[in-house]
Amino acid sequence: MFFLNTQEVQSSSENVPGVQQSPEGQEEYNIDIPQEDIITKFWNCRILKHHKLVQEDLYVRNGIIIDSEQLFYSEKRTPHFDVDCKGMIVAPGLIDLQINGGFGYDFSYYKDTELAVKTVSKKLLAHGVTSFCPTVVTSPYYIYHDILPKIKRQKGGRHGAAVLGVHAEGPFINKEKKGAHPEKFITDHKGTMLSIKEAYGAGYENICILTLAPELRHSDQIIRKLKKDGIVVSLGHSMANLSQSESAVKHGASFITHLFNAMLSFHHRDPGLIGLLTSDQVDLDKLFYGIISDGIHTHPCALRIAYKAHPNGLVLITDALSALGLTDGRHKIGQMDIEIKGGIAFVAGTNTLCGSVTSLLECVKFFHKASGCSMEFALECASLHPAKVLHIEKNKGTLNVGADADFIILNDYFDLISTWIGGDMVYKSGN
Amino acid sequence: MRLVIKEDYNDVSEWAAKYITKKINDFKPGPDKHFVLGLPTGGTPLGMYKKLIEFHNDGKVSFKYVKTFNMDEYVDIPKDHPQSYHYYMWNNFFRKIDILPSNVFIPDGNAQDLQAECDKYEQKMSEFGGVDLFVGGIGPDGHIAFNEPGSSLASRTRVKTLAQDTLRANARFFDNDIERVPKKALSVGVGTVMDSKEVMILVTGSEKAFALYKAVEEGINHMWTVSAFQQHPHTVIVCDEDATLELRVKTVKYFKALPDVVDLTELYADNVDAPQERYDKFKTFY
Repeated sequence: MFFLNTQEVQSSSENVPGVQQSPEGQEEYNIDIPQEDIITKFWNCRILKHHKLVQEDLYVRNGIIIDSEQLFYSEKRTPHFDVDCKGMIVAPGLIDLQINGGFGYDFSYYKDTELAVKTVSKKLLAHGVTSFCPTVVTSPYYIYHDILPKIKRQKGGRHGAAVLGVHAEGPFINKEKKGAHPEKFITDHKGTMLSIKEAYGAGYENICILTLAPELRHSDQIIRKLKKDGIVVSLGHSMANLSQSESAVKHGASFITHLFNAMLSFHHRDPGLIGLLTSDQVDLDKLFYGIISDGIHTHPCALRIAYKAHPNGLVLITDALSALGLTDGRHKIGQMDIEIKGGIAFVAGTNTLCGSVTSLLECVKFFHKASGCSMEFALECASLHPAKVLHIEKNKGTLNVGADADFIILNDYFDLISTWIGGDMVYKSGN
Repeated sequence: MRLVIKEDYNDVSEWAAKYITKKINDFKPGPDKHFVLGLPTGGTPLGMYKKLIEFHNDGKVSFKYVKTFNMDEYVDIPKDHPQSYHYYMWNNFFRKIDILPSNVFIPDGNAQDLQAECDKYEQKMSEFGGVDLFVGGIGPDGHIAFNEPGSSLASRTRVKTLAQDTLRANARFFDNDIERVPKKALSVGVGTVMDSKEVMILVTGSEKAFALYKAVEEGINHMWTVSAFQQHPHTVIVCDEDATLELRVKTVKYFKALPDVVDLTELYADNVDAPQERYDKFKTFY
């Protein structure tokens, strides 16, 4: 919670605005009640549940959303604390599957990895992100060996958003679609897991998403093996044609990295990776794609095409840079210099886009406006859908009973009011 | 028996909610003195619950010292099934008011020994000194709770097998699959409701008009179980104009000419916090 212990709240409830004991609590509620037993009720809110905003209360105990009806009838208990949400929207905490860094820190830079994760995870709370996948771009092996073990999975809390695992973007990608990745470190896995483990080293176990180009030789068997290890294989930075892409998905790939960017443009005779969105050869229920809806990386028209073609696979990502939250000027991404001009990030001295500086909540807002979809759907594209990619939709990205109480409170204009992890308020907007 | 005729459904709902509010407040309930209220489910009382919640939010009534007994519940249906009466009561009423879970009683249709559960239910009611006000609705065939036509007018809480008509009517709530409609229910008996100090029955809509006629103008008959309340010394039937269609003009005129049963304009009572005070308690941190 956002208080330290029960006693403190008991004695000074006036000092903790927004929290008040229910009337019966004052009589029956024992001061020795264990912290994990405390039940908080969030009321006067619209909850995003089953794809709709419903007028319901949210009950939380020990960081988990509980069934209020069961609590009332079977346990015969009432909440200890009530939080008035003032008619606002309560939505699942946002999940960013691709973020390179932010606030001056870069996960791929050879120094200060722990500090980078710590700082970014803390500051992301102010953007409504409660879980994320730190993304490491193509790097030399010794860098992987150094930094990957330092990016450990961690639970979310007041210290910051949860780290779900590393998104390793490269080095097994296509040099012709390298984007902002340094060409000399792009390599081939030769179809063996040995070369994969050689590249990443001991930090391999921290990886949860791996972006590769499926046209590399023997990719299909590698994809199968990666999937067996519990890694989500994402297709991107690739020149793959449609049949190569479909074959990769049939072998277990389930995600596409920043759709439209760093892949062949749509061609009507060979639609390439993009064609997967309407493929009749793969199970589209299991295929998701990341898309950067910052208004720069993907034109609103392209956003709409993707949305209309395969809405349920749409996952909003930021692909944010170390410059997220910074002003114009020169910054570092991996081993490269980048330059921000007017809110747009370029590889220094070129016109190549290299990731965004827009926060995930702003992406949600832009996507809502550009696609004309419902607010509910826009929010789910950055919560439920990414959770499905990682197969964690029972615990994250949802406000169903049994899920982690990671959520955001926001108004109808997507302005963030507060961020909560495990039922604790971890960020509160200044306004 | 009193018949209160209001213009439409909303007026009936409001009047019923006001009546309950007044009864609770006049009773001046406290930690050692609980008001015992019998409650129905179904479509008719929904508006009344909405109004009661409104009054509660306005600080006009508190349910902190109210004990409630529900009329019925299906057998073998999970408590969180959207058609269960546990679900109905929680979502339409209890979760929006300040009632304590320990004061809420609904028959448990999943109990091992159903008859024992029914006996326990009756026993609890009498332990608390009987029901002060039982609120009910009726079916088009004049049933009250699940006391289908033909039920004994002296019946107590028990397992009831539902009539084919009821199953058919309820199928719409179970994907139109009559096989999935629960075949049995636990229900308070006509005698159980008769034992309460006061009874209020809501009747709205023209489809209930014939049942209302049977209840008011015809004799006591176990084929129209609601007619039993002609024998109850304190029964109020609240109905809308549509429900009076089968009544004689004479009957309607007579009841309409009577002054209102109670003055329901003064709802504030001493035992309820004034609205401002209540809102002060709910200070927020935004």
